[in-house]
Amino acid sequence: MKMPFSLGPFTLNRRTWMLVAVLVPLLLLFAWVAFRFGPLAPVRVTAVTVEERAIAPALFGIGTVEARYTQRIGPTAPGRVASLAVDVGNRVVAGQLIAVIDPIDLDQRIAAASGSAGRSAALEQAATSQIADAGARLALARNEADRGEALFRGGWLTRAALDQRRQALAAAQAGLATAQANRSAAALDRGRTGAERAALVEQKANLRLVAPRAGLVVRRLSEPGTTVVAGQAVIEVVDPAELWINARFDQTRAAGLVAGLPARIVLRSQADRGLGGKILRVEPVADPVTEEVLAKVSFDKAIGEPPIGELAEVTIALPARSKALAVPNAAIYRVGGKLGVWAIREGDLEFVPVRLGVEDADGWVQVLDGLTKGDRIVLHSARPLSTGSNISIVDKLP
Amino acid sequence: MISLAGRDILHGWGKFVLTGVGLGLLIGVTLSMAGVYRGMVDDAQALLDNSGADLWVVQKDTLGPYAEPSSLNEDTERPIRAMAGVDRAAGVTYLTMQIAHEGSDVRVMVVGAEVALPGEPGQPPHLLAGRRIVHGHYEAVADVKTGFAIGDRVKVRRNTYRIVGLTSRMVSSGGDPMLFLSLKDAQDAQFDKDSDAIVRQRARTASSPVLNPPGYPAVAEAVNAAQATSNNVNAVLVTVKRGADADQVAAAIRRWQRVTVYTRADMESILIDKMIANSARQIGMFLVILAIVSAAIVAFIIYTMTIGKIREIAVLKLIGTRNRTIAGMILQQALGLGLIGFAVGKIAASFWAPFFPKYVLLLPADSLRGFFVVMGICTLASLLAIHAAIKVDPAEAIGG
Repeated sequence: MKMPFSLGPFTLNRRTWMLVAVLVPLLLLFAWVAFRFGPLAPVRVTAVTVEERAIAPALFGIGTVEARYTQRIGPTAPGRVASLAVDVGNRVVAGQLIAVIDPIDLDQRIAAASGSAGRSAALEQAATSQIADAGARLALARNEADRGEALFRGGWLTRAALDQRRQALAAAQAGLATAQANRSAAALDRGRTGAERAALVEQKANLRLVAPRAGLVVRRLSEPGTTVVAGQAVIEVVDPAELWINARFDQTRAAGLVAGLPARIVLRSQADRGLGGKILRVEPVADPVTEEVLAKVSFDKAIGEPPIGELAEVTIALPARSKALAVPNAAIYRVGGKLGVWAIREGDLEFVPVRLGVEDADGWVQVLDGLTKGDRIVLHSARPLSTGSNISIVDKLP
Repeated sequence: MISLAGRDILHGWGKFVLTGVGLGLLIGVTLSMAGVYRGMVDDAQALLDNSGADLWVVQKDTLGPYAEPSSLNEDTERPIRAMAGVDRAAGVTYLTMQIAHEGSDVRVMVVGAEVALPGEPGQPPHLLAGRRIVHGHYEAVADVKTGFAIGDRVKVRRNTYRIVGLTSRMVSSGGDPMLFLSLKDAQDAQFDKDSDAIVRQRARTASSPVLNPPGYPAVAEAVNAAQATSNNVNAVLVTVKRGADADQVAAAIRRWQRVTVYTRADMESILIDKMIANSARQIGMFLVILAIVSAAIVAFIIYTMTIGKIREIAVLKLIGTRNRTIAGMILQQALGLGLIGFAVGKIAASFWAPFFPKYVLLLPADSLRGFFVVMGICTLASLLAIHAAIKVDPAEAIGG
């Protein structure tokens, strides 16, 4: 039978040691686990030293490429598109025929107007003849009246006969005036019908849509046979040499945005290629709904075929400020409603409220006051911090 | 002088330690289960803590933004900002979605927050690496659980975003890691449709005589433009001024802005009592069963350990050892086993906790409670064994 308890000193020692060899590491591991895991563990943080840096703030906006001049060409009166002479992608020169609107009954109306004008001319001719006739009657009446006066003085004619001749003279004078008035009326009527015809001819000319300036056809909005209303565009022409970006900048980050600043433009289709540009103007009216400032950004060089409507990112580099204290923005925390940094002072944490200045595109932000050069502050932390937090500074997280 | 229990343990120390380790792994599982439950509750708390808000303004009569969909106009925040007691107010959007990344899908909650200043409500309060969002567009800060690294490009709906910063413990109430975007980008992600849907919508508009009346070509354009934009947010997060009473401010906003406002306590009750109640109870039930099973296993181990030594105990009795000494030996061994088991369990739980897909929170108070429960169960279990040992007939030592 085996003895339950070995009493030999060697056995005891060896077994004790082995048990100790198992239990002591277990205990140490337990203690290590208890203090390194869970809420008792120190918060791992990385630290950074406050230094002076020249901050070059950057503004970032997005926008769409737009043509500076867009001509939406359409008829001035309702009509039906008869033919289109250009298609999307065609280049046109000023005065080039683009489209013709079907005249429908316009030619017949011009013919009718021409007929009216001819009739007016004939009427005027008749009026002229009437004047000549009235003039001849007047000359005869005047001779008869002069002769009557002489005969009356010689006592050869009765007063009644003289009065008759005088009345005939007055009637002939009135007849001439009437004929002259008729001729003026006929002349005015001829002018009116002529103008009416000219108006119709002009209207017919307007049905031929021509390019007002040289450009590129970007849209063909109606096809032949389509009925269009007055003012509706049939063809859209832009000037491809004059493109700009209608860019939008967040109002909170738009300080310093002025015309003339250089811009770096990245088109969505060419994400790896930056283009140069500059701010042409900052719009005086901002968008109150989206809370954005609007600006027009022009390209330094023409960009070839226009990607109108394409999304573009615009980065504006503002002039660098003189060197000032700066910290990475990851080091800024908000505690109790105040912005500040966690300063490491003799191993303990202290929350220092700071006043912030401008920020650059890499996340460095100017500190106007609250810190001095050389202060050590917390940059990243594994957990949110508080004044009593126990920290351990590491090189890198996570 | 070494005790009787110590000598017995030394005699079969390998077996003793291995039994303790086995027990420990079982205790570790129980502790982890408690940690899973705590982690679930903590996820909900973290969501509220990290939003940095005192009040949540949501669409009227909804439980938004976490428990129900809620939609408000972005400019709702402006009149709220002007109210007495309000310190800051900021719109925020939440959208849970799948993001394809390096050939696999990552489930994230996309959060849109104001990025003008650090520490605006809705922003991550701390960063693990990188920087905060500086550009108003196309930059993102991700929770480290997403597996994204700084410089990665991820596609959210129509646009690609560059990861510029990492944070931690930023999760939805369901434990999905968060991806922070600027508010405008997140609005695009939430409300912008994909190209196919937009094209189909345009076609529907064009074919409708009401939306595209003949002779008025501008109407359809206006309808399309109106359908393509949205400036909505899911909630407005409000912080109150120092010294202001959150309940009073909430009441004032509710009264004058005609919206629903939740305080921190309301939000906790929505998240913990309503949203995760069932799953938490499920875990809680499992924890109870696991604890009972563990207790039973500990009892059986100690009992069989004692029964296995029954002949040796009979010998002890035969040589005149008192019952108290034998009882003490069994109790000490049981407690020793419990101690080793607890230590191993705690260590194991601490080591495997980070590998759980969701957060596992091991509270020191839970561990302490667990320690006393383990010791209690060991004591109870040893009583059964002591009873068997006391009853043993010394004659058995020399019998068969």
